[in-house]
Amino acid sequence: MATSRPDLDLVATFGEDSELLRLVTCGSVDDGKSTLIGRLLYDTKQVLADQLEHVEETSRRRGDGYVNLALLTDGLRAEREQGITIDVAYRSFVTARRRFLLADAPGHVQYTRNMVTGASTADVAVILVDARNGVVEQTRRHTFIAGLLGIPHVVVAINKMDLAEFSAERFAEIAEEACAVARSAGIPDPIAIPMSALRGDNVVDRSGDMDWYEGPTLLEHLEAVEIAADRNVRDGRFPVQWVIRPMSDEHHDYRGYAGQIASGAWRAGDEVVVLPSGRATRVSTVETHDGPLNVAIPPMSVVIRLDDNIDIGRGDMIAHAVGAPTPARQIEATVCWMSERPLAVGARVAVKHTTRSVRAIIDQIVDRVEMATLERIAAPNGLALNEIGHVHLRLSEPIMADPYVDNRVTGAIILIDEATNETIAAGMISSVDPSV
Amino acid sequence: MTTQRLTHLQALEAEAIHIMREVASELERPVLLFSGGKDSIVLLRLAEKAFRPGGFPFPMMHVDTGHNFPEVIEYRDRRVAELGERLVVASVQDSIDRGRVVEERGPRASRNQLQTTTLLDAIEANGFDAAIGGARRDEERARAKERIFSFRDDFGQWDPRRQRPELWSLYNGRIRRGEHVRVFPISNWTELDIWQYIHREALEIPSIYFAHEREVFARDGMLYAMSDHVELIDGETPFTTSVRYRTVGDMTCTGAVASTASTLESVVVEIAATTITERGETRADDRVTEAAMEDRKRVGYF
Ligand SMILES: Nc1nc2c(ncn2[C@@H]2O[C@H](COP(=O)(O)OP(=O)(O)O)[C@@H](O)[C@H]2O)c(=O)[nH]1
Repeated sequence: MATSRPDLDLVATFGEDSELLRLVTCGSVDDGKSTLIGRLLYDTKQVLADQLEHVEETSRRRGDGYVNLALLTDGLRAEREQGITIDVAYRSFVTARRRFLLADAPGHVQYTRNMVTGASTADVAVILVDARNGVVEQTRRHTFIAGLLGIPHVVVAINKMDLAEFSAERFAEIAEEACAVARSAGIPDPIAIPMSALRGDNVVDRSGDMDWYEGPTLLEHLEAVEIAADRNVRDGRFPVQWVIRPMSDEHHDYRGYAGQIASGAWRAGDEVVVLPSGRATRVSTVETHDGPLNVAIPPMSVVIRLDDNIDIGRGDMIAHAVGAPTPARQIEATVCWMSERPLAVGARVAVKHTTRSVRAIIDQIVDRVEMATLERIAAPNGLALNEIGHVHLRLSEPIMADPYVDNRVTGAIILIDEATNETIAAGMISSVDPSV
Repeated sequence: MTTQRLTHLQALEAEAIHIMREVASELERPVLLFSGGKDSIVLLRLAEKAFRPGGFPFPMMHVDTGHNFPEVIEYRDRRVAELGERLVVASVQDSIDRGRVVEERGPRASRNQLQTTTLLDAIEANGFDAAIGGARRDEERARAKERIFSFRDDFGQWDPRRQRPELWSLYNGRIRRGEHVRVFPISNWTELDIWQYIHREALEIPSIYFAHEREVFARDGMLYAMSDHVELIDGETPFTTSVRYRTVGDMTCTGAVASTASTLESVVVEIAATTITERGETRADDRVTEAAMEDRKRVGYF
């Protein structure tokens, strides 16, 4: 195999201004996920000479009989030795049109937490299906998690079409079922693509054996899918992360609130409230180290200054006055349990929500999702590692939250074990009860 | 209404600034590791973006092997003075003098392994609980799974199985006394992103990153600088040629690449067109065993 080398005319067009797309790939063992990722990297010419040499050598040693592109993505030694991937790995690649950051999440049921982790930041999920097997339990599970984590775009990669005679009928049948599953998981525009990762058909280059397919290749789709509109620019939410008060001679009265915009479009003059205190004021400037901005949108890290001097610290929120959230001490959330020690009713945990840390008691475990059937089992005893369920939390102090479906930043929490400091759960807030 | 697009550099920058501010908020005594290399130069600019017009909420620290390129040390001191921030220098020579480590001997001797002890000692002596570093996930296979907040035990060790899941941008910085975290704000950047950012921000970098004439010798298919710290092996003959560096580390184990790229633009074009990964090309220490990086990380390397 020839060295895959970026061509220079492509280099010339590698802008400093291409958009970043985050994607997560998931599939059952042997669906071809590693091969697909290897293929994407290879055909977009990201594989460098020494990496390829290493893969060629390992392929020979293993007696693979071909250059096994799946080996490009191998990780830690223990995993290599067992021949499995057990943790999320992040990889970058770039084309003339976009910069990609790929979270490679192993799909086995035991690794639900890995997929949840990889999915939490993804714009696009690529879910693999083996064309011979069609939609299986794992496909439903992966799609469910993609929906739960609010991934706006899903691609069903129907792989190993070479083992299904490149059949248009077979593809149509699986595509219809998989897209229906995705829509019922709350994903608006799923698309299915027939491919052979092994041969490189419809991954980056078009297949010569599936003339009947008129849609985009995987890469064409990833380069084109519109993601800028997925951001919430409607609800102004700015969790204060850090207060800049130099108190130097030069900046004697300077007081800036630093943070990352969670949602909304921010401008000087915006009417705001500071929460939880409820004090009202106005934005005087939105700026960065490089100077003032006309408008700032998520996920920019900025500094906001206000007209009035108000006592504000980390964990407070500056929100647009219209439609501001109501601080609440009672929330409901769907949580994915990530600890070996199961969750039980009455457990006390620490909660991190945006930049705010509070404590909580789990008042109720309403249900648990049976991962095999995706049925909700009411009133379970607890939640074990990799289980997902709906819980009620009572908080020591109010948080300023939104439902996760409306806001992937202010709707997200992590739970932390105060004894071990481990992160024990990820939570998607479903409702907020401000009355308590 | 607002379909304004962020560029990938803006998105990566926003993420890195957020991470810097999280470390400063959640940990009590962070330190920023500054080597004078391009990644840590980018870190410094990101710290300015995160905290100016305020001062940095942490000092910087350089682990000085004593075998650094003089150009880099000169750059380091100038940059620190410009910023008006505090620099702690942790010296490998001190560790040797105090008998904490033993100097390797022979023509392939390197102080690279010794840095780990110096770093851990300095972290302990200063009571640092977080070390902000410039490692990137694209550098090496084992790094692809490294967390942004990477947790180390009392012995500075990294246990791949005890790492915390990292969701959204909610980082868990809680540790017990004696433990520390390594924090990598530019985890998701690639070498090309770094160069593009240096270009966008017009950052000054040490002169050794640009092509220059240097006396070198060839070993194991790489070019190394002649200096007082190296011993030649029979048959190796020094010669002068035009080279530049892709990383800066110890003079004894950082290889140069033959290049005539003397401007930032031409370096970026060369990097984008390159056919060998950064570590494979220039870091002798990584070539020793296939799993070299993983072994070093387990005992507390950067
Ligand atoms: N025929 C065929 N085999 C494939 C295809 N994609 C992957 N495979 C093979 O399926 C097996 C599992 O692939 P791998 O990428 O390791 O799967 P993973 O477990 O999902 O990462 C390997 O033997 C691959 O060579 C494909 O498109 N067609």
